[in-house]
Amino acid sequence: MWHDLAGFVFNLDLLNNYGMRLLQGLRITAEVVAISSVLGFLLSYPLACARMSDNPLFSAPALAYVTFFRGTPLLCQLYLVYYGAGEVRPFLTSIGVWWFFRDAFYCCIFAFTLNTAAYQGEIIRGAIAAVPKEQVAAAQALGLSRYRIARHVVLPQAMLVALRPLGNELISIIKASALAAIVTLLDLMGQTRFVFARTFDFSIYLYAALIYLAITEAISRLWNWMERGLSRHLVVTAPPVAAVITPVMRNTVENRGYVGQARA
Amino acid sequence: MGWFDLLFGPDGWTPLLLKGALITVALAVNTVPFGFGGGLVLALLKLSRNRPLRIACDAYTTFFRGIPDLLALFIVYFGLQSLLNKLGQITGEAWRIELNAFVAGVIALSVVVAAYSSEVWLASLKSVPPGQSEAAKSLGLDARRVFLLVVLPQLGRVALPGLGNIWTILVKDTSLISTLAVMDLLRAASEASRATTRPLLFYSAAAAIYLLFSILSGGAQSYLERRANQGYA
Repeated sequence: MWHDLAGFVFNLDLLNNYGMRLLQGLRITAEVVAISSVLGFLLSYPLACARMSDNPLFSAPALAYVTFFRGTPLLCQLYLVYYGAGEVRPFLTSIGVWWFFRDAFYCCIFAFTLNTAAYQGEIIRGAIAAVPKEQVAAAQALGLSRYRIARHVVLPQAMLVALRPLGNELISIIKASALAAIVTLLDLMGQTRFVFARTFDFSIYLYAALIYLAITEAISRLWNWMERGLSRHLVVTAPPVAAVITPVMRNTVENRGYVGQARA
Repeated sequence: MGWFDLLFGPDGWTPLLLKGALITVALAVNTVPFGFGGGLVLALLKLSRNRPLRIACDAYTTFFRGIPDLLALFIVYFGLQSLLNKLGQITGEAWRIELNAFVAGVIALSVVVAAYSSEVWLASLKSVPPGQSEAAKSLGLDARRVFLLVVLPQLGRVALPGLGNIWTILVKDTSLISTLAVMDLLRAASEASRATTRPLLFYSAAAAIYLLFSILSGGAQSYLERRANQGYA
């Protein structure tokens, strides 16, 4: 009887037949997430600098960028890239980038990168703003160059503040990457939908959920561990990092899971 | 045809888009009582003295916050469907219920939003000093009154930023319901772009409407927060 019940929720034959498919899908998910989160991270610092610039020529477009990508659903952005590219195909062909936009894989990476760059940029900006002004003033008084102030004074402190929300953003981009399935990419979610369409066995969704859950839990634990290790020197003199983040990033306050989750 | 005629001309697509935008708002608004209310109940259960109950609620939150929203929607949607089918089988053909996609969407969104908001509620429940409910108890109020008259009114102010954040997530999450055949804003844009082969135009129009919603909610949120924080340092 127990065997029947277990079989109803978790059909092991299903895993036997389609387990490989899920693993293949997982690989695509990992590739999309890894590439777009790293590229997004590279874009985030220039974006944060532009946002903080006194020159409206830089700060206004950066603000518009961030507002657009954080204010509209990721699915809508993905459709814009994926279907929109098809509309301007002759133009894309003429500048030699059609091969890129023809492929759902690259379209997803493109859309996810632009999207996560906006979120990560705001995280970096908030973290830099959290570094007390006196730190910069003191460094200037010591005659440090702008580069050295940024590299040795501001960034080491800012990155520690940014660590937790960046981890949340990584988790959130992993979750958001499931949208790739809607534009036909066979990532973990895509393979899951494929198997469901073939077998009508609901438990495949639960298997996929367990895989996603395992990944996000693992990352969340890894981040706790990293944060404990990196902020050890702060414990005596300052409140723990999580408490430092609180006043700065209002949106992330109430709990840690949030910052990145403002996306659909 | 020019973009202006496609949108605003006599056979323009604006009415369909606006209808979709209305569905999007309706999805989000209908989710709020169940999602936020469910989250508050979850948070209270997490503070209960019953250990298995606490663990179950934590597991619920971990599960739905740890998987993609899209997957959560599918699990709730197809799960409900098969549950209803099972019930139909048990009670006979006459009783069969077709799951309305809009209702299913609201349920699915509520399930996810409840998981998200329970953490916000929990944090704000913990922010109310225990002395408050102790004082209320010593005045002879019963547990229900202690909660309704003393604790609950103090929750809103603390929970507001987090709940506002979830609301903006929710508005954007409604776009996922378009995959379940609900004619929301995004699906309306898809219809229009399929019929006219102008996806750039219509997805941009949809994005502009979503953006408007985000900016309006952002403004409303900061107004509400200012109001709620009047009298606090």
